[in-house]
Amino acid sequence: MLRWAPWLVAGGILIVWQAICSLFNVSEFIFPAPIAIARSLVEYAAPIAMHAWQTFWTTMAGFAIGVAVGLLLGMAIGSSRFIYRAFYPLLVAFNSIPKAAFVPILVVWFGIGSLPAVLTAFLICFFPIVVNVATGLATLEPELEDVLRSLGATRRDILFKVGLPRSLPFFFASLKVAITLAFVGTVVSETIASNEGIGYLMMSAGSSMKMPLVFAGLFVIGVMAMVMYEFFAVLERRMTGWAHRGSAAAG
Amino acid sequence: MSGTAVAARAFVDFRDVALAYDGQSGFAVEDISLTIGAGEFVAIVGPSGCGKSTFMKLATGLKSPTRGQVDVEGARVTGPLKIVGMAFQAPTLLPWRSTLDNVLLPLEIVQPYRATFKRDRELFAERARRLLATVGLAGHEDKFPWELSGGMQQRASICRALVHEPRMLLLDEPFGALDAFTREELWCVLRDLWQAHRFTVILVTHDLREAAFLADTVYVMSKRPGRILARREIDLPRPRDLEVTYSDAFTDIVHDMRERIGLIRKT
Repeated sequence: MLRWAPWLVAGGILIVWQAICSLFNVSEFIFPAPIAIARSLVEYAAPIAMHAWQTFWTTMAGFAIGVAVGLLLGMAIGSSRFIYRAFYPLLVAFNSIPKAAFVPILVVWFGIGSLPAVLTAFLICFFPIVVNVATGLATLEPELEDVLRSLGATRRDILFKVGLPRSLPFFFASLKVAITLAFVGTVVSETIASNEGIGYLMMSAGSSMKMPLVFAGLFVIGVMAMVMYEFFAVLERRMTGWAHRGSAAAG
Repeated sequence: MSGTAVAARAFVDFRDVALAYDGQSGFAVEDISLTIGAGEFVAIVGPSGCGKSTFMKLATGLKSPTRGQVDVEGARVTGPLKIVGMAFQAPTLLPWRSTLDNVLLPLEIVQPYRATFKRDRELFAERARRLLATVGLAGHEDKFPWELSGGMQQRASICRALVHEPRMLLLDEPFGALDAFTREELWCVLRDLWQAHRFTVILVTHDLREAAFLADTVYVMSKRPGRILARREIDLPRPRDLEVTYSDAFTDIVHDMRERIGLIRKT
């Protein structure tokens, strides 16, 4: 029953949605019904696939940069109180700027195309990784650090033997947040400044009043983000089973 | 190391030591002068917050004294010593490592084991298994810490503190979180390990029976700023059996120390 619950809810919403649209005869230009959306998904399958691939790879590229930068910055901030004090306020300020505001700047610098999308995805997704990795490192038990230091462990030893393994659960949890944010970044950038990608597809479909196609775009983004989220959730369980022992590792 | 009698020469020497933490007024400990012989088992008791843990950090070189001097083996302590093993009230085992791998951790860090760790891993693992067996953890080596009971985790934690054969073992209320029966079992485990290897032990505790049962010498510390108020030698014959804790002589010792602590708490 628990297994099927999400499917039941999703199916139920679709049925209610379809019923409302059919019963009240809602115009397709305002709010298309699920069947109309499905029809346009099939009809425009080829262009949708092309734009979806564009969105997917730019997102993954931005996400990859975000993971690399986030990890390094998180390690630096988490292992040094000085760097923490010096950089953290700046990072928080940076994070509170809406990333859409960067897109015009990126367009001036790099032109219309994939690069602004990659960079927007990166800018929006690295922050949660930094915060989580830094938290994982900074919350190391002082006793454990004493044990290691009294053995003559260098800072590097402590980082690799204890700090990093210990912050892995934090890291993987942040990947799940970051990947969905990366999709947000890409699509925002594509709607503002691109002629490729799902964001662009939705913009142009909207301006030519093809509302079912706009919704089909939403659906595709949702599916891609969900699949990637699940992928990282599975990876998290695989890599850090010890941290989730309450539910999974009873055996 | 075994076979050497409790030597009279000083192994650890505190000379008028005081320590103030940054940003705090007054000293955490002050006027600490004492000597600990090689292979001596010392217990430090006192009310909570009296600077017992600070004393430990000074003895290992994790903190440098604000005033005075700490010598270990005749040399002034200036940085973390590498001849010590430590265990705390919390077992602080790493949950992603098996019990065996947790015990092996010091050998991955401390020299000379570190240099040959990859090559001699099997040898070291065998040694860790033997050590785990002596504390009653045979057959649990491949379990993860969270699959062990609190008492078993603490046994493993003590093994981790001893696997690199340190000259000095520092224990900060190691049995404080255990139930009474497990605690007494572990007293015996520690007693047997000490009898066999004769490392120097500094045991910080607030359990007077624990101190009297295990230690050669008990120091009573005052409230903050911590000072040594009394030194009491425990002359109960060794090897001591748990039965000794019900003898009159033992009760007298504990009673006497209890009174001194009672005086501190009143002032």
